[in-house]
Amino acid sequence: MLDFAQRWVKLRRDRRVVWAATIALVLLLVLLPFVTDWAVGRTWVRIAAFVLLYMMLALGLNIVVGYAGLLDLGYVAFFAVGAYFYALLASPHFDLHLPFWLLLPAGAAVACIFGVLLGAPTLRLRGDYLAIVTLGFGEIIRIFLLNLNAPINITNGPQGVNLIDPIRLGGLSLAHTHTVLGFTFPAVYNYYYLFLALTFAVIFVSVRLEDSRIGRAWAAIREDEVAAAAMGINTRDMKLLAFAMGASFGGVSGGLFAGFQGFVSPESFTIIESIMILCMVVLGGMGHIPGVVLGAVLLVVLPEALRYLGPLQQILFGRVLADPADLRLLVFGLALILVMLLRPSGLWPSALRRRELAAGGGAAADGRA
Amino acid sequence: MDIFLQQLVNGIVLGSIYALVALGYTMVYGILGLINFAHGEVVMIGAMVALTVIQLLVGSGIALPGPLIAALGLLIAMPVCMALGYAIERVAYRPLRAAPRLAALITAIGVSIVLQNAAMLVWGRQYHAFPALLPAAPHTLAGATVNDLQIFIVLLSAAIMAGLLALVHRTRLGRAMRATSQNPEVAGLMGVNVNTVISITFVIGSALAAVAGIMVAAYYGIAHYFMGFMLGLKAFTAAVLGGIGNLAGAMLGGLLLGVIESLGAGYIGPLTGGFLGSHYQDVFAFVVLILVLVFRPSGLLGEQVAERS
Amino acid sequence: MARKPVILTSLSFALALLLAGCGKDAPQPGSAVVVKIGQVSPLTGPQAHLGKDNDNGARLAIEELNAKGVTIGGAKVKFELISEDDQADPKTGTIVAQKLVDAKVAGVIGHLNSGTTIPASKIYNDAGIPQISPSATNPKYTQQGYKGAFRVMANDVQQGKVLGEYAVGKLGAKKIAIIDDRTAYGQGLADEFEKAAKATGAAIVGREYTTDKAIDFRSILTNVKAKQPDLLFYGGMDAQAGLMVAQMKTLAIKARFLAGDGAQSPEFIKLAGAAADGVVASSPGVPLDKMPGGKGFTERFNAKYGQVQIYAPFAYDAVMTLVDAMQKANSTQPAKYLPELARISHQGVTGPIAFDEKGDLKGGPITLYVVKRGKWDTLETVGGGAAPQK
Repeated sequence: MLDFAQRWVKLRRDRRVVWAATIALVLLLVLLPFVTDWAVGRTWVRIAAFVLLYMMLALGLNIVVGYAGLLDLGYVAFFAVGAYFYALLASPHFDLHLPFWLLLPAGAAVACIFGVLLGAPTLRLRGDYLAIVTLGFGEIIRIFLLNLNAPINITNGPQGVNLIDPIRLGGLSLAHTHTVLGFTFPAVYNYYYLFLALTFAVIFVSVRLEDSRIGRAWAAIREDEVAAAAMGINTRDMKLLAFAMGASFGGVSGGLFAGFQGFVSPESFTIIESIMILCMVVLGGMGHIPGVVLGAVLLVVLPEALRYLGPLQQILFGRVLADPADLRLLVFGLALILVMLLRPSGLWPSALRRRELAAGGGAAADGRA
Repeated sequence: MDIFLQQLVNGIVLGSIYALVALGYTMVYGILGLINFAHGEVVMIGAMVALTVIQLLVGSGIALPGPLIAALGLLIAMPVCMALGYAIERVAYRPLRAAPRLAALITAIGVSIVLQNAAMLVWGRQYHAFPALLPAAPHTLAGATVNDLQIFIVLLSAAIMAGLLALVHRTRLGRAMRATSQNPEVAGLMGVNVNTVISITFVIGSALAAVAGIMVAAYYGIAHYFMGFMLGLKAFTAAVLGGIGNLAGAMLGGLLLGVIESLGAGYIGPLTGGFLGSHYQDVFAFVVLILVLVFRPSGLLGEQVAERS
Repeated sequence: MARKPVILTSLSFALALLLAGCGKDAPQPGSAVVVKIGQVSPLTGPQAHLGKDNDNGARLAIEELNAKGVTIGGAKVKFELISEDDQADPKTGTIVAQKLVDAKVAGVIGHLNSGTTIPASKIYNDAGIPQISPSATNPKYTQQGYKGAFRVMANDVQQGKVLGEYAVGKLGAKKIAIIDDRTAYGQGLADEFEKAAKATGAAIVGREYTTDKAIDFRSILTNVKAKQPDLLFYGGMDAQAGLMVAQMKTLAIKARFLAGDGAQSPEFIKLAGAAADGVVASSPGVPLDKMPGGKGFTERFNAKYGQVQIYAPFAYDAVMTLVDAMQKANSTQPAKYLPELARISHQGVTGPIAFDEKGDLKGGPITLYVVKRGKWDTLETVGGGAAPQK
């Protein structure tokens, strides 16, 4: 057992192995649409694209919750801001059709500003008070989006914005099927690859942030804000920066979502979405990028996979005992409970967290670590 | 002017309802530091169980006075909710006491989803009409209409709050609860059975939830498997507004939230010259909440606790 | 250990793929050709009772067709309903739409909400699969230029106009207050109502708003009371409408209550209790018991699924219209029967069904109902024109 552990650690440190694993992973991700489409159908390619969108959202929330330790229950507001920004400026609504390469960074910047605006009043708040205020902000933004259609029609209210321009990269519309080198790339694949590229960028930024002065300042604030301030960290600026960075990821994801779906309405940006994104971060492993990635994958895939409870019952029992639509969310809730009971620090926590839990566990350790 | 009074009355009654649910939230938070997301669903289960009992009684044709039927409904709903609360605490929260706080939050969310969907399976997806059992004779007071049921709700929540305060401050159990909420380890050293105290707190909170459930269902005449979600959220907001962990704060927060929502819905239009209207009433409520918290970061009656390391 | 999460991840992926794989390898029944028809509506969440109602309506149609035995293109056809839950969430709606496209359904009944129907329609259109919505009323759905997008009920523009004119013309209202629930349906209907009422000469004395999850309307009703309207119009669904009417009574508001099809259901009467009497609401289509086969539909539906909520008859008609088009084209291939669907003329239980060039229901009749002694009574039917030509 110990021998394997030592060999594993050696493997992880071996440069060549790491390179080979990375290349294999990248290759797998690039081939994923083709393999998935062939194996289980195009639905799962679309789900994969949503996984990537949510991954960006979860990574953004990870900065606020995981790195800086600020409980944010209204994160979906930034997703909404990014989506509506793109939607309003690239659709028949105002009859503006600004290009993608301009709108996406601008949307991220606008979301950044909102992040600072939302963060500013919360600086003195702790824990659950912060949670309720961020929740309030999330709702405020949604209600404004829902109602700013009178007296001047800004957001088109509950009807939503339709016929949003698909994303165009260098003259090529992602919404059309393209054939390159004998391979066909339908619209879903194109979007998948765009999302994949941006997800890599987001992961890269997250990794660099974590391992920087800013990241360490956030960790200090998370662990003990008073001590951090005593050490000379400008907690106010750092917290605002956390909100801003997290919000910008949300804005990017939102813009991509609007172009992908072609239609946005306030119904997509409810509290339940914020809660789901939070679940992804915590379930996966707060503050740990691979964990958050895993959390996003699981929480997007699981409810969709559970749609097949019908055929599964058919195979197991010969007939459908309970309507899958009835059971789907019930099983999902049970899964959430089970995972948190079995692995309270997340499915893939950072080594630091695992040690923390094991050390402070005391009475409740129960063989977890 | 008379609509101001009516809006005030509306707000106070609405606020008492929020307070009823918020008291349960705040009790649990006070002792565990946990936002029990599932509390709203326990309220819903209380309402649904009571509904089933009441429908049976009404359908059986036995002639009983309305309030008695409601009381019987409560009599059955309470133990069910108490058992449910106890089970949730033992199965979902106790194992996570030493875990990061957010783990218990996610579990609470999971429990909430499970309860909602279980209720959907048991009671179906449709809205159930709750029979009008309680007296609701209207009275007019300086131009505002208020009925017996509304007065009863306000008095009931005040009575419950008073009862809880007495429990927490005047009994041994209450002392044990306070001790546990301040420092569980030392309380244990002082001879308090921490696990039992926490379980009892949950059970009391859940009993309250049953009462709240019946009152909400009776007042609005409706019970539905999804009703707990919004109610729980509003109650949580109320509890935080008043200072979470503080019983009087829950009452105050609830009342304040109800009044703000009512007056907001009534007056945002005139106040902003027609630019904003009643569709922004939730925004109004949240803005007030944020302003309060900016100036009093621990809520209205929350303790101004210095950050201890 | 770092490898545990890796094992866990791989296991969960395997499980997910396994579950998904189950979906692909559906067992093939006997000799008949299986034609899959999709149905999408929110089967969980606050509107689940309406979603299930749609599902039941479609299911009844499918069962009746299978019992009758349908032959298309020389082969006996067995219909299979694939019902999916879109949770009233547009994102989920698109995923479910893709799932149905992958499952190669011949047509889709859905979705229920406009917010999910619109983005999903793009996916169905790209795949060339005809889509009939039994309940989405946002006009934009048929304004996208998709050849395969249809709806079997009058859209909000038509309904709002009828309601507005009726309120002023027949109910004699001069001062009207309007409340809507800030959903695409409620707001759209209320806006159209307001336009029509104003055009017919009434004064709009107040406009209030609520949400589709609220249960307490006393504050906005108090506002309305202060304006002393003759009539209160509500754009929204049955549960809220029922509670609103009950609360109106306790606040002693004397105005008449008028609503759209969202409130025209038995749920409304249950929830409003004694306050329901006198309420007027509209519903697209002709009263069920006046249509040939309508009474039979109600009996069969009640026997199997209980009371009709709102849109079950429309979902039923949608399936029947789809299959009617298939029979006329003698093919279950979307490309072949779509032209027939576009020019179909079908007698449904909700009324005559024919589509205009955008996919909207042609000249759909709208019926007004009033609650008398705890039941919905027919008042009159507006519009509709003559029986459809062949």
